[in-house]
Amino acid sequence: MSYLFESFIGWKSYCEEKNMALYESVIEYEVTQKGKSESDIWKNLDKAYQVMKEAVETGLKDDMSSRSGMINNGAKKVYNHSQAVLSPEFQKLISRALAAKEVNSCMGRVVAAPTAGASGILPGTLYTLQEIHQLSDQKIFEGLLVGAGIALIIEQKASLAGAVGGCQAETGSAAAMASGAIVFCLGGSVDQIFNAVAITIQCMLGLVCDPVAGLVEVPCVVRNASAAAIAYSSAQISLAGVGAVIPVDECVEAMGEIGANMETKYKETALGGLAATLTGQEISKRVLIQDIEILPDEELPE
Amino acid sequence: MGTKSSVFDMIGPVMIGPSSSHTAGVVRIARSSIKILGGIPDEALITFYNSFARTYEGHGSDLAILGGLLDMKTDDANIKKSFEKAKENGLKYTFKSIGNASVYHPNTIKLNLTRGDRKIEVIGESLGGGIINIAEVDGFHANFSAQSHTLIIKAQDISGAIAFISSVIAQEKTNIATMSVSRKGKHDLACHVIEMDSGLQPITIEYLKSLPWVKELIYIPDIDL
Ligand code: SF4
Repeated sequence: MSYLFESFIGWKSYCEEKNMALYESVIEYEVTQKGKSESDIWKNLDKAYQVMKEAVETGLKDDMSSRSGMINNGAKKVYNHSQAVLSPEFQKLISRALAAKEVNSCMGRVVAAPTAGASGILPGTLYTLQEIHQLSDQKIFEGLLVGAGIALIIEQKASLAGAVGGCQAETGSAAAMASGAIVFCLGGSVDQIFNAVAITIQCMLGLVCDPVAGLVEVPCVVRNASAAAIAYSSAQISLAGVGAVIPVDECVEAMGEIGANMETKYKETALGGLAATLTGQEISKRVLIQDIEILPDEELPE
Repeated sequence: MGTKSSVFDMIGPVMIGPSSSHTAGVVRIARSSIKILGGIPDEALITFYNSFARTYEGHGSDLAILGGLLDMKTDDANIKKSFEKAKENGLKYTFKSIGNASVYHPNTIKLNLTRGDRKIEVIGESLGGGIINIAEVDGFHANFSAQSHTLIIKAQDISGAIAFISSVIAQEKTNIATMSVSRKGKHDLACHVIEMDSGLQPITIEYLKSLPWVKELIYIPDIDL
């Protein structure tokens, strides 16, 4: 029997007992629960990482303007800007997270990790991590597996869907996955990995899902960049041995609790937050189809 | 708790943006429909209902549906170019929006497709995460997900038909996941929709087709294949 990803504390004690690395227990889960072979798993990870890297590169190269006009080649502008606010690496990180997410908004190919709305976060963070630390692809694949284990637990204890838990569930979970993967790839302990997840969740808690005009563009694209930055700040804090105080399982439970109590208008319905602002509504009027036949309330087709 | 998620639900699927219900799900509805039609249509009337009625353009569901009608898969980067590809393939299409259709799921699409002299009508729902439900085929209740292998049999409404069909399938050691029958009036035509965990051999399909009371048989293998 493999570990079923019910809690972080359970995951840790399972791996200690079996003398397994975190990522090995994720492979074991996929093999026993999903009937996949280990070689297929590595192959699929390779494919996923390829697509992630392609998304980053496409977003920095091809034209990325969306039909609504809200996305207009932002990643490229950030990448090529002459002034770096922190360091060139930070500038690259931000532009790469934007790039992969812009590809998603502009109907390009991405990996939903864990969801399409958050599809810039793992590509941006891992691409940059590999470049700065000269990591092997194998290390990154193992990091992705750690990220997948983190997401499996969040899915069970809270949610990964904006429509269920708000944006904290989408970009927040992706940031938690990325942060754990970063700490893992840099040689952090299991406690440090989980601590990074806890800190990341603490930073992302409460974020509502309020996409303008219901499109996965504003604020989704910039949130992928900020989530990538938070993944790094949490990793930096955690690797130094600074604790999250509230244990990771309890942080995830808090996220679930907040999601459950969040009003529907903040859950992908485009009825609250940024979507409900004056400008948000104007944009919505412009991009949504107006030529629409509205059936009378009573008369039902059939 | 339902079935366990895969690692590749967390790191995946690989898909065309922006959202699984507006692109992946829509592509899959269209691909299922052309399997029912028997090929790429010459003409398509595409009706978007309810929530889809207003948002299909912004989310690129129009490109996604055409991509699917041209047999593109959910991760095909050419979906973006579906308008041009439709022109190249001689696919004529019309879009329509209908709101407030309260009998339908919020994200519903109706496809009226023509290929040669064959015409079909399919109603599909995009349920989120790329999961779909084909609700109706030619006015019959169908309700299948196209995730497994699906058999649609339109037959005369004779007694014993259900038992007979299931025994033929059972001989192939194929597990039936779901089976539903709907009919349009007594002793008229009945539509059997059977979802199976594994595929059927061509000979079994031919045999079922040859039965005198079977009017039409459509076999749809896993649409993601
Ligand atoms: S705002 Fe909503 S749609 Fe956008 S990324 Fe967040 S959860 Fe997804």
